[in-house]
Amino acid sequence: MQSGTFHTTYASDVSLRPYWPQRIRIVIVLALALIFPWFADRYWLNLANTIAIAAIGAIGLNILVGYTGQISIGHGGFLAVGAYTAGMMAVHLGAPMWITIPVASLFTAAVGAFFGLPSLRLKGLYLAIATLASQEIIIWVLTHGKLLGIGESLSLPRASNNLFGLPLDRLGNNDFAFYWVCLVALILTVIFVSNLFRTRAGRAFVAIRDQDIAAQVIGVDLFRYKLLAFATSSFFAGLAGALTAHYRGIISWERFTIDTSILFLAMIIIGGLGSVSGSIYGAAFMTLLPAFLSNLARALSDVVPNINSYLPYMQQGAFGLAIILFLIFEPEGIVKMWRNIKDYFRLWPFSY
Amino acid sequence: MTHRDSVTLPAPQMEIDHIGLSFGGVRALLSVTFNIYPGTIQAIIGPNGAGKTSLLNCISGLYRPQQGQIRFEGRNIIGMPPHQIARLGIARSFQNIELFRHMTVVDNLMLGRHIHMRSGIFSGGLYWGRAQREEVEHRAFVEQVIDLLEIQSIRKKMVGALSYGLQKRVELGRALAMNPRLLLLDEPMAGMNTEEKEDMARFILDINEEYGTTIVLIEHDMGVVMDISDRVAVLEFGQLIAYGTPAEVRSDPKVIDAYLGREHAMPRM
Ligand SMILES: Nc1ncnc2c1ncn2[C@@H]1O[C@H](COP(=O)(O)OP(=O)(O)OP(=O)(O)O)[C@@H](O)[C@H]1O
Ligand SMILES: [Mg+2]
Repeated sequence: MQSGTFHTTYASDVSLRPYWPQRIRIVIVLALALIFPWFADRYWLNLANTIAIAAIGAIGLNILVGYTGQISIGHGGFLAVGAYTAGMMAVHLGAPMWITIPVASLFTAAVGAFFGLPSLRLKGLYLAIATLASQEIIIWVLTHGKLLGIGESLSLPRASNNLFGLPLDRLGNNDFAFYWVCLVALILTVIFVSNLFRTRAGRAFVAIRDQDIAAQVIGVDLFRYKLLAFATSSFFAGLAGALTAHYRGIISWERFTIDTSILFLAMIIIGGLGSVSGSIYGAAFMTLLPAFLSNLARALSDVVPNINSYLPYMQQGAFGLAIILFLIFEPEGIVKMWRNIKDYFRLWPFSY
Repeated sequence: MTHRDSVTLPAPQMEIDHIGLSFGGVRALLSVTFNIYPGTIQAIIGPNGAGKTSLLNCISGLYRPQQGQIRFEGRNIIGMPPHQIARLGIARSFQNIELFRHMTVVDNLMLGRHIHMRSGIFSGGLYWGRAQREEVEHRAFVEQVIDLLEIQSIRKKMVGALSYGLQKRVELGRALAMNPRLLLLDEPMAGMNTEEKEDMARFILDINEEYGTTIVLIEHDMGVVMDISDRVAVLEFGQLIAYGTPAEVRSDPKVIDAYLGREHAMPRM
């Protein structure tokens, strides 16, 4: 049983994973992640990759919405910027993914900072509408940007899936190869963002969310940090978008409409606002739910012949229902449920 | 200020010079002028709505007065954004506690160190070199504040879950963690019981003595004000009606009028 945790130095107290039960948990999760692809078929690998990419995007959105308190319904637009930047570099410049992905992420960060400018004046719902407008502008540019050489959809050359000279298909099939890319990207994202929120800049973000006037009065430059939050958030949106582009090999703007923005918002609300692990749970939930439903439909198709034609409606309905149930019963998301379960067992058998 | 004053007193740390502030038709401050001297404890008193909080808001850059200047160590700070004023060494607490409720006590105090730290997104996210060193270094400073305010046992608690009195103390701690040269406290003892008030008064005196911090304090409790302040400024309807030592102010007929001529006489004596 784990009682209180005591630290003997400030150095150990400020370190990220300070006590051993957490370390063990991390080792177990990592081990499972390393074993998984050797046993999973391409269907499950595809799901895992989708979850990992969605989790990166959701962590990015959570930086802005959950941690900094700036509501955005334009996240899909930033995913599109990342995907198209990587895609155009691969198509027009023949650049490999180890160059396109970081460049696309940085470029998306800059675009995000620009579209974050209204946050200096607007709050809450008004800001949400402004972010919606930025998404519409981005999609408009993508669909009308023939001058910029942007087609409505892009097919990336296979050869661009290349890591430092190693063609990815050497590793195995596309799903298996990208599993490793997505896993590494997700792990780096989790480490970076967790670090961020226990140091100066991350704390300033949270301060802006909790009390922006007090934040200013203790010396936080609101202008600078709001734009930084937009930039950092968009960086990870760009990363997720660029990974999607290379993984799918083909991108079109329809993948990045407002539906996507709302899907990502749903992920962080269901997973837990202001939580890195919550973002992952939310991404997993929102990816597995439709997969589960279509499996269910397939299993029932003998009994209910027409069920497949209802599937899209069932999926939409299930999304809506899930969000509403979470808002009513566990507004703090899956991460809170998980914490409750852990607390239950930690206190067990004295759980009252 | 008379000639004799300028001989006996040190150079003021802050000069509040003919400050005028109005909101539409409401005139919150009318040509308010007085000095704040380094290393002293100065109180601002006055009935509800007199303009005390508005004056602090002008100093910390939240309100922009239409008239006058506020000079801090010789430099006019009117028009500077709040975060730059904070960097000059001016810290404050709020009348209605304004803490970062979803953070721990330690994190709230670490935010007080924000202006003294440098690491940004990259070094923070990578947690290499400077960011890591800084965290440990400034945590040590924060622990000193925690010891001074005797809040060791709650350092890892979420601020939102603390009692009102403790929250007030943590807010003082956050301002103190900034290591300010001028500390503005807006009713730090309001709503406290006698014991909590005594603790708070002791902390204020300790801070003033140990760090030499200048303290400006708004307070309704006259007993406390008269006990701990070196000078008192009295505001009424946005005007400065008296300014001087506690003894001078107490015997000033205008002050007596202001308090006795009203419904709420000297509040909570
Ligand atoms: N943001 C604002 N907008 C409009 N009027 C304001 C604003 N802030 C203060 N006032 C007005 O200015 C006057 C002075 O208010 P202030 O809060 O400074 O008084 P106070 O002396 O701090 O009172 P209290 O003892 O109740 O805290 C009041 O009439 C108030 O209504
Ligand atoms: Mg007030």
